[in-house]
Amino acid sequence: MTVAAIGRYEFKSRDRVELFHGNQIVYFHWEEHLMFCAGIALPLPPSMPFKALLAEVLPGCYGTHPDWAQIDWNKVTWMLDSRPFKPNLEASLAENHIGHKSLLRFWTPGLNGIGGIPTC
Amino acid sequence: MNAMPPLQKQRKLSLKERYAHLTRGLGWETTYQPMDKVFPYISYEGIKIHDWEAWEDPFRLTMDAYWKYQAEKERKLYAVIESFAQNNGHLNVTDARYINALKLFLTGVSPLEYSAHRGYAHVGRHFVGAGPRIACQMQAIDELRHAQTQIHTMSHYNKFFDGLHDPRHMHDRVWYLSVPKSFFEDACSAGPFEFLTAISFSFEYVLTNLLFVPFMSGAAYNGDMATVTFGFSAQSDEARHMTLGLEIIKFLLEQDEANVPIVQKWIDKWFWRGYRLLGLVSMMMDYMLPKRIMSWAEAWEMYFEQAGDALFEDLSRYGIRKPKYHEVASKEKHRLSHEVWSIFYNYTHAAAFHTWLPSEEEMKWLSAKYPDTFDKHYRPRFKCWSEMQAEGKRFYNGTLPQLCVTCQIPMGFTEPDDPTTICFRSTEYKGERYHFCSDGCKDIFCDEPEKYVQSWLPVHQIYQGNCGGAEVKDVLAWYHLNFGADNFDYEGSPDQKLWDEWQSQKSANPV
Repeated sequence: MTVAAIGRYEFKSRDRVELFHGNQIVYFHWEEHLMFCAGIALPLPPSMPFKALLAEVLPGCYGTHPDWAQIDWNKVTWMLDSRPFKPNLEASLAENHIGHKSLLRFWTPGLNGIGGIPTC
Repeated sequence: MNAMPPLQKQRKLSLKERYAHLTRGLGWETTYQPMDKVFPYISYEGIKIHDWEAWEDPFRLTMDAYWKYQAEKERKLYAVIESFAQNNGHLNVTDARYINALKLFLTGVSPLEYSAHRGYAHVGRHFVGAGPRIACQMQAIDELRHAQTQIHTMSHYNKFFDGLHDPRHMHDRVWYLSVPKSFFEDACSAGPFEFLTAISFSFEYVLTNLLFVPFMSGAAYNGDMATVTFGFSAQSDEARHMTLGLEIIKFLLEQDEANVPIVQKWIDKWFWRGYRLLGLVSMMMDYMLPKRIMSWAEAWEMYFEQAGDALFEDLSRYGIRKPKYHEVASKEKHRLSHEVWSIFYNYTHAAAFHTWLPSEEEMKWLSAKYPDTFDKHYRPRFKCWSEMQAEGKRFYNGTLPQLCVTCQIPMGFTEPDDPTTICFRSTEYKGERYHFCSDGCKDIFCDEPEKYVQSWLPVHQIYQGNCGGAEVKDVLAWYHLNFGADNFDYEGSPDQKLWDEWQSQKSANPV
């Protein structure tokens, strides 16, 4: 639908990828761990290998939670942009079809919050 | 000599006639320039007005009466402000944690009063009818007075507490303040009819009690005489604003049937935008007032569900129904404040006000007010956080959050039917992805995407390098936030230290 306006009303996105200095924004959310109140946003190079994300980036974000150290990454289930997703750990974010403003949600079966309470 | 014939007794004009002569006589059909050039904003929204004379003035004030009443209020207000300052009134609040509600108000709400002033001044020029022009012009002056009086009232607290020193600057830059800022910019960049539907009707009539009552009663319950006196000073202005809101809606709906779907769309949009904005108030009511008035859930039931039922019943004769997603707001009422407080608890290191964990006694109250949700979902989280704090590892979320493109709030809201799952909605527009906290926000985007692709989202702006630097400390300096004073937990804050000192000195007599 178009905006009612007195003249031309068309604008470039304020968050288009070229404004992020070679990075793209990727959102992550660790399901059933709502101590982290919302999804997180990270600026990441599209060429970053997926395994580097797991080993070097996400621990800094979620490592304070007692469940983090116990995660068995082989059992983790993912959704990428509303579709079920199985990451290729060796491939880059771009090769995994993780694009600008993609959303990655992940579940760690058996680990659903402190005391098994998903809001913790 | 002949007696003079008795003078014809002049019939006295009624109030309505006098007012019509005074105000309507000021307007005319222009001939040197065509009307649509003089009033360029009046038809592009698709609203049809056939008869501006049908406008019923919601109130009839002449300028001299206006100045008289307002001056009276000002005299009283400033006398109380002065007395408050002379008497160290800030020492009488229940607890210094309360001041954080004022920090949120001064940075988040007072600048909106100024924006409202600008918005009403604009539409006060652009309506064709003299009646609505005058009502809007008076409101423009009211709103400027509200901005001024709030700043003057709260400035006293700035002498003693942190986070109040630069509200204008912070409003334009700080991440959570883009929520109220973008709300008003959305309204001000709309046409005059949408602006009045958004602000006069949706905000100042439908939802007004959910902003005004919590803050003003909150002040009264917590010993804040300064804010209470502001509230009294503004009350009669707000009464006029409410009547303007009701009149514009009825006027638009009665002028042409074609207006009904347009007005309905605006009612839907602005109900949802206003409701999301009021999430800040829900947290204030349930977590930030040491002496609480009522729960958010109770306030929503009283001021929206019950009052709204009556209002929309009345409007149904025009073909207007209750706003879309009002049932989602009702579902959320048992969760909203807890989710919003958690967002701010997560990010207090980057906020210009403090957060803290509720005490055992406060959790008892929360449990009683929220029997279906608090003990199950939120008390366990507070218990975990309390244990972390006791170990010296107070929880802070070190990664910037995902924001909703429409309301700009971190996406901490849960699915309407599942309090344990974050609600994610998204769409693609011109090849780019956009994310939303709710169906309400998504629908608003999808209806006017060209508006919201322009959203100045604080998190993205930081990552683009537009907010002072790459490190949190750089960004906070760019906010003019005083690190170590304005931010972090209330426990251990300079505010707390000072407060405890003052309380202990209250009746002490040191030798």
